Amino acid sequence: MTEQNPDNTRYSIGIDLGTTHCVLSYVPLDDVNATPTVFPISQLVSPGAIDALDQLPSFSYQSHSAELNPGDCALPWQEQNTALVGTIARTLGSKTPIRLVASAKSWLCHGGIDRRAKTLPFGSDDEVAKISPLEASAQYLDHLRAAWDDQFPLSPLKDQDVTVTIPASFDPVARELTAEAAKQIGCEHLTLLEEPMSAVYNWVNACGDDWRSQVSVGDIILVVDIGGGTTDLSLVAVGEEEGKLSLTRIAVGEHILLGGDNMDLALAYRVKAKLTEQGKTLEPWQIQAIGQACRDAKEALLGDSDLQVVPITVPSRGSKLFGGTLRCELTRDEVTQVLTEGFFPLVDIGETPRQSPRSALTQRGLPYAQDPAISRHLAAFLTRQKNALDSVAAYEEDPFAIFAEPLGSQAIAPPPSAGFIQPSAILLNGGVLKAPRIKTRVVQLINQWLSDADVPAARVLEGTDLDLGVAKGASYYGQVRQGKGVRIRGGLANAYYVGIESAMPAIPGMEPPLEALCIAPFGLEEGSVVEAGQQTFGLVIGEPVYFRFFGSSSRHYDTAGSLLPSWDEGELNELPALKIELPLAGGKAGDVLPVRLSSYFTEIGTLELEVVGVNADGSVDPEQRWHVELDVRD
Amino acid sequence: MNLETGPFTIDLLHLVLIASVIFLVITVLRTHAATKATTEVDSPKEVGGPQEADADTTVEPELEPEPEPEPELEPEPEPEPEPEPEPEPELEPIEQVSSAPVVEVVNTDSALQILSLLQKEARFIDFTQEDLTDLSDAEIGAVARLIQAGSQKALAHYLTLAPIATEVEESAIEIPVGFDPAHYRLNGNVVGEAPFNGTLIHRGWRVTRCELPKITQGHDTTILAPAEVEL
Repeated sequence: MTEQNPDNTRYSIGIDLGTTHCVLSYVPLDDVNATPTVFPISQLVSPGAIDALDQLPSFSYQSHSAELNPGDCALPWQEQNTALVGTIARTLGSKTPIRLVASAKSWLCHGGIDRRAKTLPFGSDDEVAKISPLEASAQYLDHLRAAWDDQFPLSPLKDQDVTVTIPASFDPVARELTAEAAKQIGCEHLTLLEEPMSAVYNWVNACGDDWRSQVSVGDIILVVDIGGGTTDLSLVAVGEEEGKLSLTRIAVGEHILLGGDNMDLALAYRVKAKLTEQGKTLEPWQIQAIGQACRDAKEALLGDSDLQVVPITVPSRGSKLFGGTLRCELTRDEVTQVLTEGFFPLVDIGETPRQSPRSALTQRGLPYAQDPAISRHLAAFLTRQKNALDSVAAYEEDPFAIFAEPLGSQAIAPPPSAGFIQPSAILLNGGVLKAPRIKTRVVQLINQWLSDADVPAARVLEGTDLDLGVAKGASYYGQVRQGKGVRIRGGLANAYYVGIESAMPAIPGMEPPLEALCIAPFGLEEGSVVEAGQQTFGLVIGEPVYFRFFGSSSRHYDTAGSLLPSWDEGELNELPALKIELPLAGGKAGDVLPVRLSSYFTEIGTLELEVVGVNADGSVDPEQRWHVELDVRD
Repeated sequence: MNLETGPFTIDLLHLVLIASVIFLVITVLRTHAATKATTEVDSPKEVGGPQEADADTTVEPELEPEPEPEPELEPEPEPEPEPEPEPEPELEPIEQVSSAPVVEVVNTDSALQILSLLQKEARFIDFTQEDLTDLSDAEIGAVARLIQAGSQKALAHYLTLAPIATEVEESAIEIPVGFDPAHYRLNGNVVGEAPFNGTLIHRGWRVTRCELPKITQGHDTTILAPAEVEL
């Protein structure tokens, strides 16, 4: 759109594009005192029935042509609707899973598949129409857009200030694809925001000016966000800037596919085992119904009450209610055992997530976390990030210090005895942590580690709206960008590297050793560009060249251009390869062109890589720039 | 949401509906009298519980240049609780003749819709159509839990129920001058003039919010639950 009318940008809209639910919140930009409102999303809840709910379940149903009357699929804004998303998709899909697209977001950040290929519903019959993870995300966003436009016809969503939240652990490709999905629905003023940061914004906003009295300089806030499908961890440091408190996101966790859905499933299997012991055989639909009953039972048993037992009843599927009804009980002890001990055991800080060797025949599905114990993932995160504060200390003094001193500021590293970074405050977010007993356990776990290390216990910062907070924080972020309140500094959440094969004589049977060149440092600020040092590559024109691509969440002090001869196990994670193909226009085929790599962390929040031509005198030729494609597979 | 129009005719469906509402009201009353007691009776502001101040019906497409969020949050038009749940449908439908046909269609739809929702969430129709003669109380009890939980969930989602009288039942109550007979039914020794002194027998119920899902045009509401076939 060329005619951009700034007068039409009236609202800041925050979209939590979740693994299991989407939430949209908004706040008018012209009123600094306004607080974010959650937008009720009109959606089909069953064939022919439309309701407005705070959450849009992130599901898409690829219906059979004869399955539904066209009239039953209409939406208020669209008579001929074919895309079934939201509650109706989840309902229909619960009985026909082969047509259900679920967890599109997890597929979106799955480096093992082509995220633009039409692969979902995964593994279904060829007859079922497939969509790509990107298309699924765009479908959910488009539904939100249409629902919004229907209610705010004079302020269409494309003109508003839109902030879409993403897991902090999203890789550059998943970020780019999310931005692409948002652009497909016409978003012109788009920003991506990490979900844990959004939770912090929501907390700051809910506290008002009071937040400054709840934290002080030197605090490290651990954000634990456990949603339906994923667990996301981040650390935010409280510093001081011009006499005022400032917030800096200093570390993010890895992508952990583990959340509330796993817990419901675990309980369902527990109940199933109990019924099997009683000699009952269960059909798949019964297990699924048990899962739903368990979800309600879990909420009751993990609440504050003294309830000890909740009956689980699954009626027969037929119209006769009696006879086929399955009955069973779920006790608090069982829930505690399965959930509290299973997912949140009190482990030692030194433990790491267990990796069971996968069988060679493992189905190519989502890379679910193998160890369900969130405790161990949390311990590993805190241990891995033990030096996370270093980069910030350097950063505080001088934004360029880390660029000037390649080895960073190891001098001010905490004493090695620490072993893990010690948060002094905890902010909890996500539906799972609404359960008081789980919340208590998480806090107990962290404080046990702290007390073992002779460090004062961490305070709990009371979050609000654990289900809706991320969306609210995101719309509040639009106000922050206009100058209201404090802005959390974050920058690039990982450092990125390309692999370079060392020049050495080929030895049969041995791969040439690999070095990693840092092309985008941790903390690179939005809107800034860095060049990967003086390293020049010679690229053959007209032929694709592939680079191995790595990310690291723990190496905070590498600067652009640092060349790592080696690294610790697990420090770098390999991402899908990069492809660079220079057009022939610059010369003739076979010519070798000297280039450098340059990284641009966009204002939107995506990483763009470019190659720039280098002149004979070693200076960069601004005319010669080419985009580097992320997410390449053979 | 035709909340301003009342029920105008009684047919079989209404009878079924009334019967079901009464059944549910009793169930809900017995189990949740305590929690509901706190709900304010007269104030339409109290509608909707913490989160549901739903918008859809009030934000019209012709929003003016400032489509403020506020208008949607004031549930003013909603609290007219008249539509179907009032257990006194025999009370004078004054204008029934002129607009009867249109109204009847609308009301049937909402009535059928509620039945369908109760069937979906609570297997309500299945339950009412069962023969319970040979079943033990334990069997019925197990299923009753399911039906009660499901009905409660459905009712809480689509309606907000509040008692009319806030006094404790079986305690003395004074009915002031100018009371609304639709709200208070006087029984027994009804003589003299208001204020009346008596004993509160039943607190009564009213609906302070009714937000049924909208129905698409082509949807056949007489299908309460489709036959299910597994392939």
